Amino acid sequence: MTAVAGPPVTDLAPDASPPPTVRRPRPRLRAAAGFALGAALLFAVAPLVLSDFRLSLLAKYLCLAMVAVGIGIAWGRGGLLTLGQGVFFGLGGYAMAMHLKLADAGPGQMPDFMQLYGQLDELPLWWRPFASPWFALPATVLLPMAVAFGLGSLVFRRRVRGAYFAILSQALAAAMVILLVGQQGTTGGTNGLTDIQGFFGYDLDDPVNQRTVYFLIAAVLLALLALARQLVQSRYGELLVAVRDCEERVRFLGYDPATVKLVAYVTAAGMAGLAGALFVPAVGIISPALIGIVPSIEFVIGVAVGGRATLLGPVLGAVAVAWARTALSERFPGTWTYLQGGLFVLVVAFLPGGLASLLARRNGLGPLARLGRRRTEVAG
Amino acid sequence: MSLIRGRRLLAGALTLVAAAALAACGSKTTDTDTAAGASADVSGDTVKVGLLNSLSGTMAISEVTVRDAIMLAVEEINAAGGVLGKKIEPIGEDGASDWPTFAEKAEKLISQDRVAAVFGCWTSASRKAVKPVFEKNKALLFYPVQYEGLEQSPYIFYTGATTNQQIVPGLDYLKAQGVKSVYLVGSDYVFPRTANKIIKAYAAANGMTVVGEDYAPLGSTEFGTIVNKVKASNANAVFNTLNGDSNVAFFKEYTSAGLTAATMPVVSVSIAEEEVKGIGTQYLANQLTAWNYYQTTPGAANEKFVAAYKKKYGADKPTSDPMEAAYVSVHLWKAMVEKAGSFDVEKVRSAADGITFEAPEGLVTVDGATQHIAKTARIGKVGADGLITEVWSSGQPIKPDPYLKSYPWASGLS
Repeated sequence: MTAVAGPPVTDLAPDASPPPTVRRPRPRLRAAAGFALGAALLFAVAPLVLSDFRLSLLAKYLCLAMVAVGIGIAWGRGGLLTLGQGVFFGLGGYAMAMHLKLADAGPGQMPDFMQLYGQLDELPLWWRPFASPWFALPATVLLPMAVAFGLGSLVFRRRVRGAYFAILSQALAAAMVILLVGQQGTTGGTNGLTDIQGFFGYDLDDPVNQRTVYFLIAAVLLALLALARQLVQSRYGELLVAVRDCEERVRFLGYDPATVKLVAYVTAAGMAGLAGALFVPAVGIISPALIGIVPSIEFVIGVAVGGRATLLGPVLGAVAVAWARTALSERFPGTWTYLQGGLFVLVVAFLPGGLASLLARRNGLGPLARLGRRRTEVAG
Repeated sequence: MSLIRGRRLLAGALTLVAAAALAACGSKTTDTDTAAGASADVSGDTVKVGLLNSLSGTMAISEVTVRDAIMLAVEEINAAGGVLGKKIEPIGEDGASDWPTFAEKAEKLISQDRVAAVFGCWTSASRKAVKPVFEKNKALLFYPVQYEGLEQSPYIFYTGATTNQQIVPGLDYLKAQGVKSVYLVGSDYVFPRTANKIIKAYAAANGMTVVGEDYAPLGSTEFGTIVNKVKASNANAVFNTLNGDSNVAFFKEYTSAGLTAATMPVVSVSIAEEEVKGIGTQYLANQLTAWNYYQTTPGAANEKFVAAYKKKYGADKPTSDPMEAAYVSVHLWKAMVEKAGSFDVEKVRSAADGITFEAPEGLVTVDGATQHIAKTARIGKVGADGLITEVWSSGQPIKPDPYLKSYPWASGLS
């Protein structure tokens, strides 16, 4: 999965997931048509056919899809199995929720829960900057990126890889949950930050504003997809794949794999942060239950189900997994967890390349795996 | 060729996203706009109610028993002709021990199923997550679990104890027993932390000292350190707000450290009959609990409740306080609706004050101002048979006071 020191590329284990499809840049027109279709579906079809409730659920799924786009880059392209994206999602979400709670409370006031559980007389120092949208909004993205940069620079330089990196990223998620729960007076503890009323002056209870939040989320997801596509097709994107498949070779070619991986990790963190920030107005809550080990693994499961090495696979997977969760649990409240687990097993057993590979087969394109392997050989 | 492939993948994938979204929608025609405030659908000859409990995840073991008790009440009411001539149609949803899921399912029950009321939630975190949903849609939630107080939503009826009906009587009991020092042990979440704040305020005003305070993460089973600290503190008693599995590990460690109910009694507020079974009676012998109801509570209403429950779910299934409160909540809702003559939420709310019900725990009365109910406090002792028997009771229902306004020592708390 991750870089194996030494052996040539053709020696990749047969069960390794489909290597990347390194493509030459396509004509802009075709990509633009694809995005236009996506935009039409998200902006015209979905709002027309979905009720307000279902649309708000779709908004939630799309936020999870943003995290998935980032994991697609870090794990699918870069081989960094990050089991702690919840941390970055949470940092973005909490930054946004703190600002919205302060805005709800009004200038000079404290959020409701602080008096209840914290018995504080004044706002804690570290909350204060979040009163300003000029600080809070950039922080939703920059804070996760900074944390990812700090952790990434430490571990990638020391050549911490594979399972060790995965464990480390997961430990970070566990630590963050313990920290948040322990500081109940200032973080809301297990309750998290709830009961968010307004979003920059707009009442979130108003269905029209909920719809606007959905449109904002859909637009941001499309923008992130465009960004991911640019990144993947750039020279950097190829270098990232090269690092994943054979880190040592890249090193001997004169590149620093640590920097290459760091960029992917920080990008994924930024995307997760943005997703967390948009999740808050869409769902109205951010809590430790959303950012711990289990949700962090669920993010990765979505990407695996969709197909981690493709551009759209992670988005598809994240939306499909979240939708299946809702649909199954509504229909079979008592047994849905077994059904969901069964679906995961089926996908992993029969579609190791994820849903995206199913799609490719249907279109008569042949398995992506073979396609990619041949290409990689050429590239190697 | 690769160009075409790429484009098709993109287009096809987006189609799939849309298909998924459409499928999620189901039939659009039955969907209603939440904008309208989603009033209950009572046009048919049934009335739908929502059951929102965790059927999966860490809380399932407790919340499933609450669901069972609600179902029992629904069956009883349906057998007696329903509510306002309509049979109750229960719609179950799984909160999955996950707070945002609770919020999602609450929204679904209100806006898609258009239920007349929702019964459920256990943890305070799940209640805090659904509270804005019920307030936004002006829909009703009946919350059946004892909790930390300091809350009063116009769209929630609290049928479990608030702090002045459970924790404060528990402290009064300890004080009467001559306890001068307590050690506080709890799980690390909102209820124990808030309860302990109240206990500390009470202790300060009543000449008790709190000699230690420790929190373990929810689900933690490592209590060696905490029990050693408790033992070294020589406190007169321990006030235990641990929840779930942690109690098993705590009491095993407690017993093996040589501590017993005779040397240092423990008062627990989250251990009911169901949990006693799980922990093992040998570790809990003669320890104290504070609740409003026990399976052994005398009275014809309780005999009927226990017999009906065991008949439906098995003779080995005990009944407990949260189950009883959940069972009572359905009957209270029925009484409110019948007094209001309507399922309309605002009418039901204004009819609520003074509604009484001959509950298994004794007569309960709804307090319209706080939307809590007056309940009798009971201190119990765990017996060798795993049942809890009452050693002290307040004798009469205590009026709910969620913000502890009538207690001068609590003035700084809310």
